[in-house]
Amino acid sequence: MSDSKDLLRAPFELAYNYKRSSGPVMSKFFEALGQQKILGTKSNAGKVFSPAAEFDPETNEPLKEMVEVGPGGVVESFSWIENPQHHHLIKEPFAFALIKLDGADTSMLHMVTDCKESDLSIGTRVQATWSETHEQRITDIKFFKLES
Amino acid sequence: MSAEEKPKDYSESPINLEYFYTAGSATTRFLNQVKEGNIVGQGCPKCKAVYVPPRGSCPRCGVATDIEVPLTDKGCIESFTVVHIPIPGNPIVPPYVCAMIRLDGANISFLHLIQDVDIEKIRIGMRIQAVWKPKEEWTHSLENIKWFAPIDEPDVDVATLRFQES
Repeated sequence: MSDSKDLLRAPFELAYNYKRSSGPVMSKFFEALGQQKILGTKSNAGKVFSPAAEFDPETNEPLKEMVEVGPGGVVESFSWIENPQHHHLIKEPFAFALIKLDGADTSMLHMVTDCKESDLSIGTRVQATWSETHEQRITDIKFFKLES
Repeated sequence: MSAEEKPKDYSESPINLEYFYTAGSATTRFLNQVKEGNIVGQGCPKCKAVYVPPRGSCPRCGVATDIEVPLTDKGCIESFTVVHIPIPGNPIVPPYVCAMIRLDGANISFLHLIQDVDIEKIRIGMRIQAVWKPKEEWTHSLENIKWFAPIDEPDVDVATLRFQES
């Protein structure tokens, strides 16, 4: 039997380039991101979901009416990442945060950076910073930073 | 509107998993031989079944396969499929043939490519032999074998390949 130090070991990368069909509602949401706009869907009762939801989870009604929200919002919760790892999109210290955008009733998970951990608390105002690229992905919002 | 601003009805959701693969002792022994151009299966001391590639134990008897069994690079096609649908990132252009290869003296088969033959001529039981890459390119991988190609020998009746406990 081999000693464990003699065992072969090699780096392995498993990658799938999935394309996910967005559907009629989410397609509008992603298309708007490519135009530096953030949309939400509005229910009959006036509740606004952003990121857009296709159905109201309480009433099950299909949501079709799109409204613009943000680009400012409020931090509802956050988790500070002092030492980003190689797979993180931001290389400086940042926070994953739930951000309730102005005009929305739900919150969006995104990143907040360009600030210190002590600058952040629940209720801090932040605003979206846009990427140079327009890929119609959630990363078209590069990150959020403190509202100026 | 530039090309990249056209509405998309899909979103890109790539998944990347990076990790280290550690071969167990059986696979390490096997791959060290493959690097030298040898195919060495492992035999069960109880039922005498020969496994290639070996996984270190006999699933029938539950004992370690500690008998090294040198094999040739010849065998037959136990089963095959013609692949017509391209797999993203796969450099092989369809149509191509994947086959379960049963090496002479082995009791299980493994998956590899069949080339150097018209697809219509490929059949179950066909005799084949490994086509190796140049020796300087050999690594710890069955990719040292580029593919298997038919050889001029009579077909095998695959029903005779069924394992019979001795």
